[in-house]
Amino acid sequence: MKPAKFDYVLPATLDAAIEALVASNGEGKVLAGGQSLLPLLNFRMARPAVLVDLNGIKGLSYIEERGDRIAIGALTRHRDLEHSPLVASRLPVMSAAMRHVAHLAIRNRGTIGGSLSHADPAAELPMLSAFYDARISVQGPAGRRTIAAEEFFVDALTNCLEPSEIVVEIEFPVLDHDGWAFEEVARRFGDFALASIAVSVRRAQSGLKDARIAVMGVADTPLRLREAEQELVAMELNDRTPDRFSEIVVSKVSPNDDLHASAAYRRHLLAQLSRRALKTALAATERAP
Amino acid sequence: MTDISVTVNGKRYDVSDVEPRLLLSDLLRDTLGFTGTHVGCEHGVCGACTVLVNGDSARSCLMLAVQANGAEIVTVEGLGSPEQLNVLQSQFREHHGLQCGFCTPGMLMTGEDMLRKYPLATDEDIREGLSGNLCRCTGYQNIVAAIRSAAALRSEKKP
Repeated sequence: MKPAKFDYVLPATLDAAIEALVASNGEGKVLAGGQSLLPLLNFRMARPAVLVDLNGIKGLSYIEERGDRIAIGALTRHRDLEHSPLVASRLPVMSAAMRHVAHLAIRNRGTIGGSLSHADPAAELPMLSAFYDARISVQGPAGRRTIAAEEFFVDALTNCLEPSEIVVEIEFPVLDHDGWAFEEVARRFGDFALASIAVSVRRAQSGLKDARIAVMGVADTPLRLREAEQELVAMELNDRTPDRFSEIVVSKVSPNDDLHASAAYRRHLLAQLSRRALKTALAATERAP
Repeated sequence: MTDISVTVNGKRYDVSDVEPRLLLSDLLRDTLGFTGTHVGCEHGVCGACTVLVNGDSARSCLMLAVQANGAEIVTVEGLGSPEQLNVLQSQFREHHGLQCGFCTPGMLMTGEDMLRKYPLATDEDIREGLSGNLCRCTGYQNIVAAIRSAAALRSEKKP
């Protein structure tokens, strides 16, 4: 189908974009890469009166190292994250996950700010934001504020933004870890995940010093599993650890049945992926210098 | 209504009074007559309408025509001609990489971008790259073979 009528503005500054959103009285929508919004417009599931296109604003697309954080501009395209040497060396889990983000043509257009704002519970970038404990900077008529990723995602396809706020930057803390893994199963490569897990660990003399775990596709938002992280760190490492770990991970989620997969199947996938991910992460720590 | 200027297959077109809701796919097909760009699902799932925008593949049904203002677009008509197919097109012909042909323009444009961005060392890489393009004749085997062959020809050319 074709979109319903709307007015289109192409502001040159962030302030002008926010002004346009305020002037739209809640009837405005932000257009970044358009890879989630255009399908909604074409289906007429979204019928905004005004589309505010951010692509005319300079300086919103960058990947920068700031001490122990990587700052990413909201208009940075998925393919820039996928091919960035800085992301590969400092945020390896993100780097590995990027080729799972939709398909080539969509990665060329889609942006990180757009993906986070769309807040799909089975999309990689929202999950990675929760995983890395990212800080999401947003700007609106009242100025700028920073939101923790876990608070940003409220429900499926729902974020905590005010109507005239725009995501401008995301800061990802670098993990001082020595082993990690990202696992995902989708019905077709690049489709939204049926289940996925990211695991990262820091090895100690015996056992683990630190662990980070996030999952998606098994709840209405991506989930960081803080309890499971603590339980993993408390565990003794032996041949049974991956099995035990997969039981712990599955015990923390309660997925729903839907069109794409039953809850039981999602739990089954998550159990398999958890086991595999932990094995990969632990094996990497043994190779690490 | 907006006036835009786009370059398609090397030629510049000035189009006036473009409605903001006009999709790039419809600008190419209906306004400018590049009907090689096929419209399948119109919501970014099938990949038939894939074109190159400033050198990168993009779904033309997921872009507004006004967003293409100032852009350089390549459609399937820009790859080669019936007399002189480009390398990827000739490999599609060689390997019979099509049945009904509806998905072919999108497969070719995606293939061009894949050949540029990825080493395509294995069939799995090729299938991963093609995952966003649907062929409902399910003729994927020959499409994969055509791209594999084009990738091999490309690496032979490199010193």
